[in-house]
Amino acid sequence: MLDILMPLLLAAALVLAVVGAFRRIAMWRRGRPSPVNIMKGLTSIPKRYLVDLHHVVERDKYIAHTHVATAGGFVASMVLAIIVHGFDLASGILGWLLLLFTAIMFVGSVLVYRRRINPPARLSKGPFQRLPKSLIAFSVGMFLTTLPAVGLMPENAGSWVFALVLVVLVAWGVSELVFGMTWGGPMKHAFAGALHLGFHRRQERFGGGRSTGLKPLNLDDESSPLGVIKPEEFTWNQRLGFDACVQCGRCEAVCPAFAAGQPLNPKKLIQDMVASMTTGTDANYAGSNYPGQTGTHEVGPGGVLVAREGKALVDADTLWSCTTCRACVEECPMMIEHVDAVVDIRRHLTLEHGETPGKGADVLNNLIATDNPGGFSPNSRMNWATDLELPMLKDRDHAEVLLWLGDGVFDMRNQRTLRALIKVLRAGNVDFAVLGNDERDSGDLARRLGDEATFQSLAKRNIATLAKHSFDCIVTCDPHSFHVLKNEYGDFGGHYEVYHHSGYLNLLIDSGRVSLNKADVGTVTYHDPCYLGRYNGEYDAPRSVLKALGLEVNEMARSGYRSRCCGGGGGAPVVDVPGKQRIPDMRMEDIRETGAEIVAVGCPQCTAMLEGVVEPRPDVKDIAELVADALSDTPAPRSHADNKEPVEVVA
Amino acid sequence: MKPRESDKKSASLSISVLVSTGRHPITGRPGRADQDSRAVELAMNLQGGSVSLLHAGQPTEECKEALRGYLGMGIDRISLIEQSEHADITEVLTKTLKSSNPSLVLAGTQAEQGEGSGLLPFLLAESLGWSLVSGLVSIESVENGQATILQALPRGQRRRLKVRLPAIATVDESAERARQSAFGPARRGTIETISEASHIDETLASFEIKKARVRPKRLKIVKSSSARDRFKAAAAKSGGGGGQVLSDVSAQEGAEAIFKLLQEENVLKL
Ligand code: SF4
Ligand code: SF4
Repeated sequence: MLDILMPLLLAAALVLAVVGAFRRIAMWRRGRPSPVNIMKGLTSIPKRYLVDLHHVVERDKYIAHTHVATAGGFVASMVLAIIVHGFDLASGILGWLLLLFTAIMFVGSVLVYRRRINPPARLSKGPFQRLPKSLIAFSVGMFLTTLPAVGLMPENAGSWVFALVLVVLVAWGVSELVFGMTWGGPMKHAFAGALHLGFHRRQERFGGGRSTGLKPLNLDDESSPLGVIKPEEFTWNQRLGFDACVQCGRCEAVCPAFAAGQPLNPKKLIQDMVASMTTGTDANYAGSNYPGQTGTHEVGPGGVLVAREGKALVDADTLWSCTTCRACVEECPMMIEHVDAVVDIRRHLTLEHGETPGKGADVLNNLIATDNPGGFSPNSRMNWATDLELPMLKDRDHAEVLLWLGDGVFDMRNQRTLRALIKVLRAGNVDFAVLGNDERDSGDLARRLGDEATFQSLAKRNIATLAKHSFDCIVTCDPHSFHVLKNEYGDFGGHYEVYHHSGYLNLLIDSGRVSLNKADVGTVTYHDPCYLGRYNGEYDAPRSVLKALGLEVNEMARSGYRSRCCGGGGGAPVVDVPGKQRIPDMRMEDIRETGAEIVAVGCPQCTAMLEGVVEPRPDVKDIAELVADALSDTPAPRSHADNKEPVEVVA
Repeated sequence: MKPRESDKKSASLSISVLVSTGRHPITGRPGRADQDSRAVELAMNLQGGSVSLLHAGQPTEECKEALRGYLGMGIDRISLIEQSEHADITEVLTKTLKSSNPSLVLAGTQAEQGEGSGLLPFLLAESLGWSLVSGLVSIESVENGQATILQALPRGQRRRLKVRLPAIATVDESAERARQSAFGPARRGTIETISEASHIDETLASFEIKKARVRPKRLKIVKSSSARDRFKAAAAKSGGGGGQVLSDVSAQEGAEAIFKLLQEENVLKL
């Protein structure tokens, strides 16, 4: 009986899976177009799965091993089962191999089961609790079914009851694992996830690459939508990406806004996007909610994700809570791009409805009218530096370094950092110049607040200004300007060699252009700015500068690519969505845990956020300040007459 | 997602808002004029009212860019009455308003550039024969051809007035702030240009327009130990001094007193 039922069962499961696959693909394709290379995409999947995806999964050893055993065991068993039972080719080694792989899969399944006994809060329950049982059912059922085929059990052993039990087990298994994959069960992540690897919207991310700049809106085409409010307005591969979410909650565990009790949970956000494509309600969601939110939510009238009045699937506050720190993206094994989705919807709210909350509207108005978020006169950009006699690029034919000062020029705290940086550059005889009043805000803030129009206007004008001058590279002490100049101006024709000041200082130290004494400042820890670390992969330069100062960094538990955001990115301080605690306070707690007396930073935002934490707390010092204080007195030879040191005047 | 005040009843009330091109106080860039955009906000918040925006001036790119700021508030179209430089727009606005016949005309108190005398609403009221209210901060209701409004007085005081419509009201800078202007609707909205003959104001043409300079002001130091007194002195708007308070007089007597005063002050020349 089994040798008739098994092939039927397998064939039926495969047919259903194919039907499901077409339906699912059709569902994704309802999104906006995004060109991909189908063949190249499909063939790149295995390598990306084994290298890029596993690189992320591997961070959790337990689940990595479990996943290899279960997924590897299943794929091999399924292929072998089709040969052995489907085509009745049990001869030789194949049957034995099938036994081996079902056994491996069984071990993996038991590990999955154990994980699910008392699952951590970040994991979703619901159908995912059923999954280990289905895995066990399949592996056990297939194992036993194969025994007679290799002659370990007589054919027709046991009663028909036993045979029926086997059929039921295998049927349960294949329905979850084969067509469940394309009909929306928990195994959907395998199908959608694999395709997402191939057709990812940011192909540059694979093979060790990086792609963190936001995608520009086409503002010249009036018919192209300004951001996203309906699920169909995402590109089809973004929709595919959402569907790949396995609800592992790694993103939730690292999200600073979630930890602060603000109404954001990146996992729920992605699941809401999935719900918007399928059922339209979050009633079936079985993971942690947005903090402070209860009840079920549905897609609003007209299919909108966010309602302007009343409630829909997602509250606007959820989207405005995000600091765009990319911690979730960095952790996501399915390579989902949460920040793109958040900014896409913010774009709609800002550009179509003018609903940037908090101080957002003021800041954007200032950026439009004065090119800086504080509404200061653009002609007062250099007021802070009247005594420094900074060389202006417009008076020069060429400069080695264009020093991009950023909006920190209006902030007294950041002016100290800038002064320190300039002191170091002068000590190293760096031929630098500034744009002075011709510099504008980089557009970072406007862009994260969803105001793509203002961003593009600032970007294009800055690019035009830069095009008028000649310089070798740009150095800035603001990682946000750094990121935008380096990664986002390219779409508008601005390509530059850009350094964060930590990277440039590191070069100066390495090449011996500045010599340093040992810094005597006590114990130090270092806070990685999101826009320097995760956005640009620069983790080493600041640390090696600190090392050159003779400082040993007491690393925080969350440092490097796992650094926790200071709460200052993405316009979060501007919109200021209330939560249970403040993100910088949590970060200061991380810092305190290291016992450090000083936290070294490399970003004006981080400085402001961390210094906003009430004393007593460790001191906040920019890397430039630490270096400037440790400059050794041996005067370096002067080469440029215009790098005037202030002359002491004796009255 | 701010709930807008939307329960104010006013069936089929047509409102015209006169909007000018603004000038940013620091950079001088064109944009919405602050008071005018507050006027648009007031108009948009009146439920059931139909709002139309009117601008008379030179149809330059700068002007259109500024007008788009109003469209960005969610307005579909603005009528731009083409006028040449130095035109006196009183006449053409009177003509336009007469033919469109709105129940209420709103405008900012004073333009941010050009002559900026703040006289236009008064001249329009005179030539249309409508009543004029200055310092409007909110419209509470409109019923039976009468609007109940709040008027701003110095030091945050408010006066409730009933005004017979049609009327012209100038909006105070303490009225509710205008909503954010959004790129999408600003780009989509229509600026409808209407050509009209210009009436050149020769006097205006002979003016030399310079940037205003802030003059230093002598502070009146109030030496009082009471914070309230010091605050009052600091926040006081200069009063007119003289004058007389009439109370318990008939309407006739009141009107006569006002008429007499206006004649004395050379406001009314008969
Ligand atoms: S979005 Fe990624 S990290 Fe978050 S739950 Fe889904 S798969 Fe896991
Ligand atoms: S980018 Fe940061 S704040 Fe935003 S959802 Fe991801 S982890 Fe949370």
